[in-house]
Amino acid sequence: MRLLRNRPLRRVAETIGILFGVAVVVFVMLRALPGDQITAGLGTEAAALTPAQRQALEQYYGLDQPLVAQFFSWLGNMFTGNFGYSARSQQSVLELTLHALPVTFELAVLSIVLALLIGVPLGTLAASRTNSARDAAGQVVSLAGLSIPAFLLATTLLSIFAASFGFNPNGQGFATLTEDPLLNLQQMLLPALVLGFGIAAPILRTTRTAVLEVRSNDFVRTARAKGVPERRLQVRHVLGNALVPIVTMTGLQFGYLLGGAVVVEQIFSVPGIGRQVLLGIQQKEYAVVQSTVLVIALAFVLVNLLTDLLYRVIDPRVRAS
Amino acid sequence: MPRGAFSAAGLAAALSLALTACSSSSGPAASSTPAGQAGGSLVVGVTSDPDTLFPWKATQFTAVNVLQNLYGTLTEFDKDLNVVPGLAESWQAAEDGKQLTLKLRQGVTFADGSTFDSKDVKSSLDKIMDEKTAAVARASLASVKSVEAPDASTVVLELTGPDAALPANLATVNMAILSSDDTEEKLNATPNGTGPFTLGKRVASQSITLNRNDKYWGAEKPKVGSVEFRVIPDESSIVSAMQSGNVQLAVFNDPLVAQTAEGGGTITVAKTPQLNYHALQLNAQRGDLKDVNVRLAIQCAIDRKQVLDTAALGEGEVTGPITAPAFKSDPNKRPCPNRDLAKAAEYLGKAGKSGGVTVKTIVSQGEYATSVNEAQNLKAQLAEAKINLELEVLESGAFVDRWVAADFDAAVALNGGRPDPDGSYGRYFTSEGNLNKVAGYSSPELDKLFAQGKATSDQAARKAIYDQVGAHLEDNAAWIWLFSGYTYTATTANVTGFTPMASGSLQYLRTTAVG
Repeated sequence: MRLLRNRPLRRVAETIGILFGVAVVVFVMLRALPGDQITAGLGTEAAALTPAQRQALEQYYGLDQPLVAQFFSWLGNMFTGNFGYSARSQQSVLELTLHALPVTFELAVLSIVLALLIGVPLGTLAASRTNSARDAAGQVVSLAGLSIPAFLLATTLLSIFAASFGFNPNGQGFATLTEDPLLNLQQMLLPALVLGFGIAAPILRTTRTAVLEVRSNDFVRTARAKGVPERRLQVRHVLGNALVPIVTMTGLQFGYLLGGAVVVEQIFSVPGIGRQVLLGIQQKEYAVVQSTVLVIALAFVLVNLLTDLLYRVIDPRVRAS
Repeated sequence: MPRGAFSAAGLAAALSLALTACSSSSGPAASSTPAGQAGGSLVVGVTSDPDTLFPWKATQFTAVNVLQNLYGTLTEFDKDLNVVPGLAESWQAAEDGKQLTLKLRQGVTFADGSTFDSKDVKSSLDKIMDEKTAAVARASLASVKSVEAPDASTVVLELTGPDAALPANLATVNMAILSSDDTEEKLNATPNGTGPFTLGKRVASQSITLNRNDKYWGAEKPKVGSVEFRVIPDESSIVSAMQSGNVQLAVFNDPLVAQTAEGGGTITVAKTPQLNYHALQLNAQRGDLKDVNVRLAIQCAIDRKQVLDTAALGEGEVTGPITAPAFKSDPNKRPCPNRDLAKAAEYLGKAGKSGGVTVKTIVSQGEYATSVNEAQNLKAQLAEAKINLELEVLESGAFVDRWVAADFDAAVALNGGRPDPDGSYGRYFTSEGNLNKVAGYSSPELDKLFAQGKATSDQAARKAIYDQVGAHLEDNAAWIWLFSGYTYTATTANVTGFTPMASGSLQYLRTTAVG
C-alpha cells in the first residue's frame, strides 16, 4: 500500500478504477434498457420475425453470447484499440470517435472561451460595487444564463438568423476545422454562443464571490496601503488570487461539455460526440455507446487532472502542500 | 476612477463580442445559398441517418427512402399506388392461379455493370424466403412454393394457391432484386442495385449522397445530377435550413412544423393523405376486452374527430380500417359512426359491467409526435363512459418490446398501411398471420374472407370482399380506427417535378429538377 502513497501513482490507480466502474455501469444500464439492437432496427416489424430468423440476427450481432463474456470481450478488445463496430454505419467506433471527439472538443473550447469572456469581466464588474446597478445587471445576466433552456435559446437564435438574415451555416454540410476553417467557425458560432452563455452564468457568480472574498483579505489592504497602483492591485493581487475557484469551475464545466452538449449538437446538427452517443442509444448500438461513454469518461478524468496541475501553477500554496 | 478602467475593459470585451457576432452573421449570408444547388444537386433534409443499407432488412423511413432510389423491384407503384411494371415488364397468372409467370426487362444492368437476368431474381427470392436471411418481407412470399428460371428473361413462381396480392407485395424495397453474386456484407457498404441512382459519398450520421445512374433502364433518366440526404436531426432546424436555401426538399410528420414552414412564405407544403393510420388497438385475448360488448362500448364512446382535432390540430381524416385509395373503407358505415354514450352504456350493461372497466393502455413516447396527446384525449372521452384508460407512457424501445410480445390490454398505435389490403391486414387478422398475436383478434369468417380476397384477381370483386373485412373488423371492434394523418412534403420555390405519394415514398426524386 505504500505505492499508493505516491501521489501520481495513486491518481493513475484511481483513474483506472473510475474507468472500470464507468464501464460496468454503462454496460449494465444499456442492457437494462428495454429493446435490443434487433427491435431498435426493425421496430414493430420485429414481431413478424420467426424464432429462427431472430436467432440468425442474434448471432449476427453477437447477442447470443453470455453477458459476462460480452463484457470482457468488449473490454479486452478496447485495450487492443478495437472499440467495436457500428452495424449501422459500417465503421469502427474508433474511427467514428476520432471524427466526433475533435468536433466536440473544439465546440467546448470555444464555448469556454466565450463563457470566460462574458463571465469573468462581468463577475469582476459586479463585485466592484456590490448592490449597485452593475451588480444587479450581472445578476440578471447570470440568472438568464442559468434559466433559459439551451434548446429554447438555440431554436430561437437559429430561426432568427435563418428567417431574418438567411444566415444558417448549420444547414449546410458540416465542415471540419481543417477542411474549411471559415465555414467551420461560422458553424460553431451559434452553438458555442448558446453553450457559452449557459456556462457564463456559474463562472460569473464564482468570479464575483471569489473577487469579493479576496478583496476583503488583509494582504489587499496592506498592498493598497503600500501604494500599489489600483489597476495592478486588481489584476495581480485580487484577480490572480480569485483564479483558483474560477479554474475549478471552468474545468468542471469543460468536462461536462466534453460529455456532449447533446441538445445543442442535435439542434445545430454538429456531428460531435454527444450526438454519437444519442444516436447509439436510439439504435441500441451497444458497441458505440459503451466505447464512446468510456472515452468521454477518460476525457473527463484527464481534464480534472489538468485542472489539478493548473492549480499548482497558479497557486503556490497547493504546490507547497 | 481606476475601477472605472476595469469596467471599461469589460464593456469593451462584451462589445467586441457582439460586434464579431454581427459581422459574421451578415458576411456569409451571400455565400451560404449556392452551395446546395450548384451542379443540379438536390439536398433533402432528413432527421436521421439510414440505419441500414441492406434493402431486405430496411424498415426505417429514411433507409427505405434512400434504398428505393438505389434498388429496383419486380413491380412498382405509380403515384396513385397502382401496381405497374418494374424489372418485370409483364406478369400473367395461370388459370388455376397456381403459377405466376413474369417476363423480365432486357438490357438492365446493376450499378457495378453486371447484367440483370432471371438468375438474380431466383436467387433474391430464394434468399428472402430463407429464414436465415431474416428478410422482413419473407411472409409476403408465403404462397410461393418455389421459383424457377426457365430462361434468362422469364421467372415462374409456383404457388400453393392463387395470390392476387402478390404483384403488389413484390413492389416494396424489402423485395429488392440483388445481384446473385452479392452478399449482405458487401452490400452493407456498397449498395449495388438497378435503381435510378447509385451510391456516391457517405459520411456517417451526416449525409448520404446518391449520383444519377446514367445506365438506368427507365425511359426518363433522373433530372438532377445528385441527391444528398442531409441529416439534420431536428425538424424545425430543417425548416431553418430550407429558409436559408441550404435544403430544398423535406418530408415532415409533425403538423406543427409543417405549419411553421408554410408560415414563412418561401416554402411550399403539399399535404398527402397517408396509408398509415392511428388506432386504439384492443387486445381481445385479455380481461374485460374478451367480451365484444366491452369493445363495442369503447368504440361508441369515442368521437374520432375530437381525437384528430385535439391531438393532431385537425390535420388528417377520420378513417376506417382500409386506407388504400382503391379499397378505402367508408367511416360512416360502422357501429356508432358518431359518439353515442347511451349506446356505450347499453353495451357495458350487456357485458355486465355497468360499473365501468379499466383498460391498461400502452403509449409510445417519441416515436411519433401525436401519440401522447391522442392517448390523453381518448382517456378523457372514455372516462365519461365509465371506461378508465390506465395510460402507461413508454420510451419507444420499451413500447416496441411490449407491443411485439402482445403484453398490453390496449395500445395507442400508428400502424403502417399498404397499398393492398391483404398486405396491410392479412398478417394481423388471419389466424395464421405472423402478427396475429399482436392483433389479438381472428375469426373463421375473417380467415375465409382473406383467403377469398387473395384468390380473386378481379378488382371490383376484391373491393367487395375487403369491404366485408372492414365491416367485420368494426362490427367486432377488433381495434378502434381513429384517423389517418398527412405527410407534408416541403419544397423550396426552385424545386419542380416532385410527386408526393400516400406511402410517403420519395420514389419521384427521379423526376425532380432543381432550378
